[in-house]
Amino acid sequence: MSWILALPELVLGCSGLVLLLAGVIPKTETFFPITMGAIGALLLTAVLVLGQGEGTALGGHYVADSFSSFMKILSLGAAAVSLLVSLDFNEKEGLARFEFPVLVVFASLGAMVMISANDLMALYLGLELLSLPLYVIAAFNRDNARSAEAGLKYFVLGALASGLLLYGSSLVYGFAGTTNFDRLADAFSTTQSGSAGVVVGVVFVIAGLAFKVSAVPFHMWTPDVYEGAPTPVTAYFASAPKVAAIALLARVLLGPFGDLAAQWQQVILLVSIGSMILGSFAAIGQTNLKRLMAYSSIGHVGYALMGLAVGSDIGLRGLLVYMAIYVFMNMGSFAVLVAMRRQGRAVERVEDLAGLGRTDPTMALWMAVFMFSMAGIPPLAGFFGKLYVFLAAVQGGYWTLAVIGVLTSVVSAYYYLRIVKVMYFDQAVGALDRAPASLTIVMAGTGLFTLLFCLWPAPMLAAAQAAAAALLG
Amino acid sequence: MNAAGFPLLSLLTFLPLAGVAIIMSVRGDDEVIARNARWTALWTSLIVFLLSLILWARFDTASAAFQFEEKLEWLPEFGVGYHMGVDGISVLFVLLSTALTPLCILASWESVTSRVREYMVAFLVLETMMVGMFCALDFIVFYVFFEAVLIPMFLIIGVWGGARRVYAAFKFFLYTLLGSVLMLLAILYLWYNAGTTDIPALFQYQVPRAAQTWIFFAFFASFAVKVPMWPVHTWLPDAHVEAPTAGSVILAGVLLKMGAYGFLRFTLPLLPEASATFAPLIFALSVIAVVYTSLVALAQEDMKKLIAYSSVAHMGIVTIGIFTFNQQGLSGALFTMLAHGVVSGALFLCVGVLYDRVHSREILRYGGVAKIMPAYALVFMLFTMASIGLPGLANFVGEFLVIVGAWRVNPWVALGAALGMILGAAYMLYLYRRVSFGKITREDLKALLDLSPREYVVFAPLIALTLWMGIYPQPFLSFFEASVAALVARHEAALNISRLAGM
Repeated sequence: MSWILALPELVLGCSGLVLLLAGVIPKTETFFPITMGAIGALLLTAVLVLGQGEGTALGGHYVADSFSSFMKILSLGAAAVSLLVSLDFNEKEGLARFEFPVLVVFASLGAMVMISANDLMALYLGLELLSLPLYVIAAFNRDNARSAEAGLKYFVLGALASGLLLYGSSLVYGFAGTTNFDRLADAFSTTQSGSAGVVVGVVFVIAGLAFKVSAVPFHMWTPDVYEGAPTPVTAYFASAPKVAAIALLARVLLGPFGDLAAQWQQVILLVSIGSMILGSFAAIGQTNLKRLMAYSSIGHVGYALMGLAVGSDIGLRGLLVYMAIYVFMNMGSFAVLVAMRRQGRAVERVEDLAGLGRTDPTMALWMAVFMFSMAGIPPLAGFFGKLYVFLAAVQGGYWTLAVIGVLTSVVSAYYYLRIVKVMYFDQAVGALDRAPASLTIVMAGTGLFTLLFCLWPAPMLAAAQAAAAALLG
Repeated sequence: MNAAGFPLLSLLTFLPLAGVAIIMSVRGDDEVIARNARWTALWTSLIVFLLSLILWARFDTASAAFQFEEKLEWLPEFGVGYHMGVDGISVLFVLLSTALTPLCILASWESVTSRVREYMVAFLVLETMMVGMFCALDFIVFYVFFEAVLIPMFLIIGVWGGARRVYAAFKFFLYTLLGSVLMLLAILYLWYNAGTTDIPALFQYQVPRAAQTWIFFAFFASFAVKVPMWPVHTWLPDAHVEAPTAGSVILAGVLLKMGAYGFLRFTLPLLPEASATFAPLIFALSVIAVVYTSLVALAQEDMKKLIAYSSVAHMGIVTIGIFTFNQQGLSGALFTMLAHGVVSGALFLCVGVLYDRVHSREILRYGGVAKIMPAYALVFMLFTMASIGLPGLANFVGEFLVIVGAWRVNPWVALGAALGMILGAAYMLYLYRRVSFGKITREDLKALLDLSPREYVVFAPLIALTLWMGIYPQPFLSFFEASVAALVARHEAALNISRLAGM
């Protein structure tokens, strides 16, 4: 019974259906219980992933290994935290509808299918299962023009990206005669690697996935969608789908296309450099925090892809550690963004944080921790994320990449510091409302992780090491 | 186990964080919190200082080896460990940091009135980072502390600073960060090639000749900014002027020493050939720094800015001493660093005394202070004379040794350093004359009160140290004699090997 291996996905899919039913039947609004149920389902799935075996299933379409476990737990955790963050926000914004958690559950299922994909068909299936709910939740605040615009923009560009991916997959299939990753790997290792058609196909596949991770030059949608979507949705966008897409990119490029490294490496190098540069310079002028975080996330993807561009196991380990730390910092800073309300109205400009160091010292402290961490200042976790990708770049002899990386990190430090400056150096413009307990918990949890990661980094490194080894075999 | 019988260095490093925890846990109205924060910070830093005296008593000055060592596994499979220890080069800087922190807290007792709790927390965190940096014997641990110093200092300048504090804080942070990240790449290179970041183990590793140049400049980017050397010194006057008094004291007293310490700890032992090759470059930059910043100091109208430029000049003498590679030059550089830490810190406190009363740092705002505040004028004169390098006071010994060391290498460099001392006398005496002597031109100055008991307590240890270091320097010199001798011997051996290889 090979499908038993896919038990976590099956459980999550069934839970999604049950939650949908449970939400539809009662006459009253069921947002809160359904959200709690969804968080429970996501956590249960994460536990099942921990206990999952290894191997392939479902006719070779599905693969489970420690790499997939690492990434799945990361993306499930991010989804659960996003739901926790959305609880209070959706109530206050009048978005408390039970469809929201259900859609997040299905998107997470899509993310899991992507991470475990072992076939170009499964890859596409997972990607679409992830994307369709995302289009809907981007426009979840349907009476708001910006939210609707975000959903539409994401849909149009997302459809284009899916088209590119599909076209690339069909080219690869046409030239290699199979869509299964293992057989593709065999095919490219025996024949003379890289006929023009395959290379074009791989580039198209990369383009489609680069869109999902919002890497330059496929980043254009990011600031608008991040700004327009409701803030908890943005928090979700910036974490779980990115983890899944990065995981997929790593699996596709290092697995089936591993022997074509010479071809795709240049593409990833350019994408990484472009993302780091754009992410650091374009964010400088932003006044809206969500747009700023959008550019910041583009920059972070650039650093993570640096690990992939190097292509070694050390690079892959750096990528995994970076993504894990990024999810924590990102969730924490979005919890602060979600908590930003003045007299009941959500505010999202940088100046709205003015004087937070006086009016709400705890929240300001956590935000400062996240900002210094994102800037890569030791001893915070963000520094260690950067350390391991830079180590990989130096080890692989990619000096240009490493030097550009550290220089852009200095540039990006400017705008992270600007937020600290606004919070601590500027006069208060009036207190923000008190943050609800759910957000305080998220901030404190992620903040403590960011602060104390340096004390005991070994377990995460060991997990990342095992995951990297599983992928590279 | 180490000479103290317990992990002394870790205790020194992390005890201030316990003080932070206590300060953070107090609830109550603002007055209670502020009073508690002041006393807790003072007691914590005093306890740390008293503990650090164990180092003074138990340190074996005859040995060049690392002492009080502690080792813990941190990332064993990467060759990175938590490794602490001090040798003759670093031990006195640990003491300098622990000694200056309580004085700084005492100096801010009344001048800091807003957000006292955060201020004291920032200072205690800063102490942790400074002590940790001088004790770290693992390159990654060192880098963590070295960089982490930026966070509390950024906040101290930005929150409690003067009018242009935001500009100064950003400039300070970004300038030093830019230098440090390049050093990080060099550290990663060493880590990857040597397989370890343990500093004593790295000393055994021979860095290939071709790589030395690049690593040298990566280190140089970081340390030269921190020292600061001309022409990357421009962050310093801004940071000094805008920082609160205690921030300036720590900046001048300890943070500036981090760059020179980096040169001594890493550049010289790890990159002997590149250091020898580029010594003329360092000499040139240092002589320019000494002469140019002294002339700039002469033209300043802001007291703090003047002392800031004088710091750049003094640190120029330190870098000259370091790159002479002989016993006198290195000992002189170390001694100058210590003396400058005490004297320039005290000078900033002197400016702070006036600033607390008049809220102006403009030199022309004052005049005739000696008549109104005789005790203050005496203290200020003592430190002015020390800064000039008057024999019998702290700076003289170090600068004299540096000039002797430099003479053996290149008389012209010694001439440049000596010129700096002459110009130093010019700008410091000019400053002192304008502030202390002359007619009392402003009526409001007549109402100024002389030093308060609290200020006497702050200045007394600094005066004692300045006299002690000037009159009987041997106890201080004896600390680094063995380590410097070992450093010189290793440097010469490494150069001989490469010379033989080149034949």
